[in-house]
Amino acid sequence: MDYSQFLCMTEELSLLSVIVILFLADLFVCGKEERGLACAADGTCAVSGCGCHFRTVFPVLLMLVHTVINLVPWCSACAAPAEAFGGMYQHTAMMTIMKSVLNVGVIVVFLMAAKWLNAPENRIKMGEFHTITLFTVLGMYFMISSGHFIMFFIGLELASIPMTALIAYDKKRMESAEAGAKFILLALFSSGLLLYGISLIYGACGTLYFDAIGRTIQPNLLSILGLVLFISGMGFKISLVPFHLWTADTYEGAPTVVTGFLSVISKGSAAFVLFTVLVKVFGSEAFMGAWSEGFFWIIIASITIANLFAIRQKNLKRFMAFSAISQAGYLVLGIMGGTSQGMTALVFYLLVYMAANLGAFAVLHVVEQNSGKIGMDDYDGLYQTNPKLAFLMTLCLFSLAGIPPFAGFFSKFFVFMAAFKAGFHLLVFIALVNTVISLYYYLMIVKAMYIKPNDNPIATFKSDCGTRAALAICTAGVILLGLVSCVYNYIDSFAYGL
Amino acid sequence: MIQIEYILIISAVMMFAGIFGFLTRRSTLAILLSIELMLNSADLNFAVFNRMLYPNGHEGYFFAIFAIAIAAAESAIAIAIMINIYRKIKGISVDKLEKMKW
Repeated sequence: MDYSQFLCMTEELSLLSVIVILFLADLFVCGKEERGLACAADGTCAVSGCGCHFRTVFPVLLMLVHTVINLVPWCSACAAPAEAFGGMYQHTAMMTIMKSVLNVGVIVVFLMAAKWLNAPENRIKMGEFHTITLFTVLGMYFMISSGHFIMFFIGLELASIPMTALIAYDKKRMESAEAGAKFILLALFSSGLLLYGISLIYGACGTLYFDAIGRTIQPNLLSILGLVLFISGMGFKISLVPFHLWTADTYEGAPTVVTGFLSVISKGSAAFVLFTVLVKVFGSEAFMGAWSEGFFWIIIASITIANLFAIRQKNLKRFMAFSAISQAGYLVLGIMGGTSQGMTALVFYLLVYMAANLGAFAVLHVVEQNSGKIGMDDYDGLYQTNPKLAFLMTLCLFSLAGIPPFAGFFSKFFVFMAAFKAGFHLLVFIALVNTVISLYYYLMIVKAMYIKPNDNPIATFKSDCGTRAALAICTAGVILLGLVSCVYNYIDSFAYGL
Repeated sequence: MIQIEYILIISAVMMFAGIFGFLTRRSTLAILLSIELMLNSADLNFAVFNRMLYPNGHEGYFFAIFAIAIAAAESAIAIAIMINIYRKIKGISVDKLEKMKW
C-alpha cells in the first residue's frame, strides 16, 4: 500500500494532531485547582484577571495555527484536486474553504465558552469539551471530503455521536440530559433511514463510489426510494421542516455554547455535503427534476412554518432554534439547480450566517452566565444597563434578517440570485415574503431591548475577554463580509470544485 | 437457494416494525431496540445485495460491518444518557421527558 496518500489529507491530519496535543495537554498541564485542591469550601475558584486562562487560550491558539496552515497555499500541489484510497477521499480547494469556515466557527465557540468552562463545576471536564468538539469537526471534515458512502456515513456519525455528549454536557441539569436523549434517539432514527436509503442505492447500482453511482444510476423505483430516504435522513441533520421536531427541544436544553455550535457548524457542514452528494450522485437530468420538486416544498415549509412558530416563542433559545430552521431553508435554497453559483452562494451564506448567529448566541450566553435569564421579557430594557451588548445583538439580528448595510443582505441576495437563475422564480418570491415576516420577529427582540420599559432590567455587568474577542470577530464579520466584496469573489474563484 | 425477494421482504418488515416501535413505544430502551431493528434491516439489505446481485466485490459486507460498529457506539452513548436520566427522575419513560415542549 502506498502510504504517501495519507499526505493528501493535510487538513484531517493537522486537526488530528491538534486533538492529540490537546488530549495530552489535558492530561499533564493541569493545575492544582483542577484537582479540587485550591478551591475554597464555598466553591469559589476565582479566575485570575478576566477569565483568560492557559487551558482555554491554548486550544484557540492551536486552532488558529491549524486554520492558517491549511488556508495558506504553501505549494501549487496542495491546492490541486487530489484523491486518496481509490477515490474514497477527495480533496478540492472548495472543500478547504469550507473546512476553514468551520474552523473559524469553532474558534469563536471556544472563545465564547472560555468563562463558562472556568466555572467550578465545568473545570474538571474542560478538556473533554475541547476534545469532543474537535472530534465532531473531524467527522465533518471526513463527511465533506468523502467520495464513497462508507466514508460519508462514518463522517456523519463521527459528527453526530460526540455531539450528543456535548448536548448532555451539563450532567447535573435535567434539561441537558433530556435534550441529549431527544437528540440521540432522533439522530439514530434518521441514521436508520439514511442507511436503508444507501442500501437501496447500493442494490440499484452495485457500487458505493459517488462518481461510479453518478454514472450508472437509472431512475427506477429502487433508486428513487433510496433518494427519498437519503433526503429525509439528511433533512433530520439539517433540521428542515417535516423533520425538525427535535430542534427546539434540543436547542433549549443544550448548554448555550453548544446550541450555537449545533445551529451553525453542524448544520452548515451537513448542507454542504447534501449539495455535493446530490450533484455527484443524483446529478443526472431525471433525478435533478425529482429532488428539485421535493426541495421546492421542503424549503417553502421550512421557511414559512419556522417563521410562524418563531413569532410565538418566549424563550430566546427556542426562538433561535426556529430562526435556525428558517435560515436552514435559505441555506438549502442554494442547492436548487445544483449550479456553481449556488455552491458559492451556499458557502458565503453559511459564512455570514455563522458570524451573525454566533454573535447573537455570544450575547445570549454572556447574559445567561451573568444573570441566569434567557426569556424574551428579561431582555426588556437591556439597552439602559448594557448598551454595548444590546447594540451588538441588534447588529447581529439585523444581519440575520437581511437588512441592507449588513452582510446578511448580500448573502441572502446571492442565494436568491442563484435560485432565480436556476429558474425557481415562485420559490424566490415566497422566500422574499418570508424575509419580511422574519424581520418582524427579529425586531421584537430589538424592541424589547430598546423600547419596552422595565423596572427591573438585567444588571450591568462586565463581560470577559473571551466573549469580547468572540463578539469582535462576529461583529467584524457582520459588517465587513458584505462590504468587502473580495471574500465572495475569492470563494467564487474556487466554485464548484466538487 | 433462497430467492432474493424473500430476504428483501424480511428486511422491509424489520424496517417498518422498527419505525412502528419507534413511534409507539413509551420506554426509551424499547425505542432504542426498535432503532436497532431498523439499522439491522439495512445491514441485511447490504449483505443480501452483495451476496446475490454483486458477488464480485465486498463493499456491501464492509458497509454492514461498519454500520454495526457505529450502531454499537451510538447505543453506548444513548444508554449512558438514559442512566443519567434514570438517576435524576427514577424512570426512563418518554412520558417523563416533557420538561421542554412546544
